Amino acid sequence: MTTAAPEAATRPRERNRRYLFEREGVLGPLLLLPSVAYLLALVGFPLVMAILYAFTDITTGNPALHFVGIDTFKAALADPVTRTSLRNTVVFTVISQVLVVVLSVVLAFALRANFRGKWIARFLILLPWTTPIALGTIAWLWMLDSIFSPIDWVLSHTGITSPGSHMFWLGRAHLAMGSVIAVQAWRMLPLATVILLAGLTSIPQDVREAAEIDGAGFWRRMFGIDIPLLLPISAVALLFGLVFSFTDMTVVFVLTRGGPQNATQVLASWAFFRGIEGGSLGEGAAVAVFMFPVLAGLAALILRMVSRAEVS
Amino acid sequence: MAVVETRGVRKVFVGDTPAVDGVDIATEEGEYLVLLGPSGSGKTTLLRMIAGLERPSEGEVLIGGRVVNDLPPRARRIAMVFQSYALYPHKTVAQNISFPLAAGGMPKERRPERIRWASSLLGIDHLLERKPRQLSGGERQRVALARALVRDPQVFLLDEPLSNLDAKLRTSAREDLKEFQRRVGVTTIYVTHDQVEAMGLGDRIAVLDKGRLQQLGTPREIYHEPANTFVATFLGSPPMNLLEHDGALVGFRPEHFLPEGLVSEREGRVPFEYQVDRVEYLGSDRMLYGTIPAIAAGVKVIARLPFTVTTPVAEGSPARFAVAESSLRFFGKDSGDRIAPQPLRGVSA
Repeated sequence: MTTAAPEAATRPRERNRRYLFEREGVLGPLLLLPSVAYLLALVGFPLVMAILYAFTDITTGNPALHFVGIDTFKAALADPVTRTSLRNTVVFTVISQVLVVVLSVVLAFALRANFRGKWIARFLILLPWTTPIALGTIAWLWMLDSIFSPIDWVLSHTGITSPGSHMFWLGRAHLAMGSVIAVQAWRMLPLATVILLAGLTSIPQDVREAAEIDGAGFWRRMFGIDIPLLLPISAVALLFGLVFSFTDMTVVFVLTRGGPQNATQVLASWAFFRGIEGGSLGEGAAVAVFMFPVLAGLAALILRMVSRAEVS
Repeated sequence: MAVVETRGVRKVFVGDTPAVDGVDIATEEGEYLVLLGPSGSGKTTLLRMIAGLERPSEGEVLIGGRVVNDLPPRARRIAMVFQSYALYPHKTVAQNISFPLAAGGMPKERRPERIRWASSLLGIDHLLERKPRQLSGGERQRVALARALVRDPQVFLLDEPLSNLDAKLRTSAREDLKEFQRRVGVTTIYVTHDQVEAMGLGDRIAVLDKGRLQQLGTPREIYHEPANTFVATFLGSPPMNLLEHDGALVGFRPEHFLPEGLVSEREGRVPFEYQVDRVEYLGSDRMLYGTIPAIAAGVKVIARLPFTVTTPVAEGSPARFAVAESSLRFFGKDSGDRIAPQPLRGVSA
């Protein structure tokens, strides 16, 4: 009985500590902390630095912050390579994403159907997404090799091109751009397909059956029911694809390094070559900042779509 | 001619247990036929085979006298209302109702009139511009009905259309459904597991269990002349009392089991010594739970006395109860099937 009194006195405090994690005001910030720290250190800080650098003439040789106003932007814009890169980025992004949208819809519809070996087909289609980007792209580098390309071999052995001829996939401007776009589409396709497949399977079975009973044939079910119901989720998939492709330089860097003669140079790779390899940090940053308005617009669109999806 | 007929229809999904095991049903023109059964009885599978959403493993489905086994749903001139209503979430109410018309190839300019007709019949004119998610459960059901109705089908198939409504709405929706069918006059097949819905709506009821048709008859027949013990106990709440006696099962409904004085002698009164264990007051009724030791000591026997019967009954004491002979039903002990009345020897108290 005598020990009961002090025990009772400590109890409220103990209880407070025990339920500390159940208070939203404590647990919420605590759980958010790692991602906030990550974002600040690895996204926020570099972004601020990049914008800051874009207004200086900083180089790796002379790391002093000397502000020059918009001179760096003027210089970057005066450089024809920057303008080529800007155009290439748009072409590269738009065409690869159009390919991804069309192919992923077809694939998702095909993979929803029941057939033998469905799981292996799904597995094979997902495979590109699971391999590291650089490794997958290196495999393509061999596929598109100027001398040993197996694609050339197939083309000449089927009589489509003359025997022993080479396409020089990465050596000619248009073919190089086509190759880079194709590989980017190949890379982005699995994710888009999986997102669409998830969207398709989330359409209630009885809604599709109702359409069947209401007299709709295959095409009317596809364009009247399935695709409209897929639209919100595929729009999100498309926006993500656009952002990824717009800022990506892996495929270009591994396959062509922007060549031949900057025919496949995109903003990301050009910023990298200028700023990191060429040492003109300020100019590289200015090129990268060109991507900013486009990305900000896309990001705003994504956020709006996501919040609207939550409401409905 | 039967509008819808099934001949020996079987459906096996996986393994050996059939979901539907040889069902023969024929509807009459303009009839309201209810498929009633517990979950897993095969009633929905049967409906889906009639709709063409499932293919029978064996047997034939006929609509309008034609075998339709090989026809897709859209060629069967049927309309179906799903349990979830299955409205198209991205279309407005008007577009939902218009969808079957467009799919049926009706010219665009003739559709609005048809939509107006269907929506005014169901009283949803004011909802035409809304999306399904902006509607209440009852409104959704009406839209689903309008969408089914608009194409002028030969047959309506309804799959538990009331089960998503709350209890209060269900009663009024049931009345509406009946009224609606009376006005439209289209043959309707209605699936439910709710006996009250079945009794209230059906011109005839097909009772299904384990994929087999147990009985097909009017609500009155099903209730008063059950073909076997399954039907006898599935309908009625509380179910029919079944007692084993002399190699047979004797059945009588709780509402027919009354204090002796209330059963007239002319009807052939069969009196029992009723040991009452518990009394429940339910407002309009009094439920008595007890046993009849002279026949089957361990078997619970329920009596349901309307509040107009004021005979005092005490828990834990024996009372003299009786059943009119005409209210007794007899079933085979092993088969469970209805058999001819047996004399009840040595039970009378």
